[in-house]
Amino acid sequence: MNPARLTGRAVIGLTRLTGRVTIFALRGLAGIGQHPAELARQVMQIGWLSLPVVGLTALFTGAALALQIHSGGERFQAGDVVPAIVAIGMARELGPVLGGLMVAARVASAIAAELGTMRVTEQIDALVTLSTDPMGWLVSPRLWAALLCVPVLVGVGDVIGIMGGWLIGVNALGFNSAIYLSNSWAYLESWDVVSGLLKGAVFGLIVALSGCWFGMTAAGGAAGVGRATTNAVVAASVGILAANFALTGLFF
Amino acid sequence: MLAVRGICKAYGAKRVLDGVELDLAQGESLVVIGGSGTGKSVLLRCILGLETPDAGAVLWQGQPLAGRRAAFMEGFGMLFQNAALFDSLPVWRNVAFRLLRTMPKARARAIAIEKLARVGLGPEVADLYPAELSGGMRKRAGLARAIAADPKVIFFDEPTTGLDPIRAAAINALIRGIVDETGATAITITHDMSSVRAIADRVALLDRGRVRWQGGVAEMDAAEDDYLRDFVAGRARPMARGPQA
Repeated sequence: MNPARLTGRAVIGLTRLTGRVTIFALRGLAGIGQHPAELARQVMQIGWLSLPVVGLTALFTGAALALQIHSGGERFQAGDVVPAIVAIGMARELGPVLGGLMVAARVASAIAAELGTMRVTEQIDALVTLSTDPMGWLVSPRLWAALLCVPVLVGVGDVIGIMGGWLIGVNALGFNSAIYLSNSWAYLESWDVVSGLLKGAVFGLIVALSGCWFGMTAAGGAAGVGRATTNAVVAASVGILAANFALTGLFF
Repeated sequence: MLAVRGICKAYGAKRVLDGVELDLAQGESLVVIGGSGTGKSVLLRCILGLETPDAGAVLWQGQPLAGRRAAFMEGFGMLFQNAALFDSLPVWRNVAFRLLRTMPKARARAIAIEKLARVGLGPEVADLYPAELSGGMRKRAGLARAIAADPKVIFFDEPTTGLDPIRAAAINALIRGIVDETGATAITITHDMSSVRAIADRVALLDRGRVRWQGGVAEMDAAEDDYLRDFVAGRARPMARGPQA
């Protein structure tokens, strides 16, 4: 086939898909407040239950970062920058990105599997026959819960990550505890934290949107649900990394 | 009350419905029969707007249903083939799903338990989750959900599929009883002839995307249509003659 025609077809397909996903997201976000009990349930599922995995990820990341910065910094007598680099690195980059990726692995897959199963077992059709809009009942609470919870998870992850660096700094690298903490605080600017939280909100939306989109459009029985789950995690992970690049360029 | 006018639906080159015409009077129980893959479920989905037909229209009380679907759904109930209960909710919340929007929780729960009793399930089932029920119990719970808000129109999609003959007979009797008691208008799709005889006032045979025969359930055995006669008797036919789609 003509390469120009192939390219054109791909561009049209991508544009059409982007439009459909955008409308899907806007319809989902517009359904806020329809089912507060469902929103509360999703806040528990997406926010509270993700806390252990995000916290552990941040703890080990902060600790490893402290070791790396100390080891690398020593080469040019800059080992003292460990507290500041750990704090800035966690707040700006590692907290939101790794937190987002962990939430993607845990939440996007769960959402896609649950909604996909509901789709192929006619539960979503049953909602329609019970005069309930599936977008308002299923999609909106998940989008809003992720949008609101992931920034909070990122904030908590930042604190735990800095604590991980502090634990290693004080116990293994010979830092004075009070000086480590004051150095962490002294070099950290409010925009470092706020930009990370904004990234968290965007990443949360990407995670929930991927799960909801692939779940709601699943077809073809158990195999279809499996494909939806895989696609949701892949799309959410790549989406987070791509959005992180774009937002970092925009913010800094 | 409900009329289907020239509904057509194709998936790619595969024409599943090809100008289906049906009329349903108030309080009537119509059973649509036909071989596997003849488009019975697609017909129900097109009537409900879950699938968009390529052509044709559905009329409700003489007016196109398309613009009044929300009002129609308010007085509608459906039993899905595999019950389609919501896995994340206990049985009573499934049954009371529609009621919970309009009444306090305690009242909705009381009605749910009453409807569960109507389909032969005890109050101990109310707090179980669908995954904890057998196939027959799920079907009954699905039936309780379909009738919870006393609908004026009820659809039953393969109500006895996967059930043993005794449970199937019980479900058939329940459906007939509910339709008689409530005066609801009902469409049932099935290829189970015992269901047809138990539930139907009128029968429509779907074949090759069209209504091939329709008439009263009493006329079915005397009908001269050879495909219907074979279908009713359960006689094998050459596969090539079988319904397409």
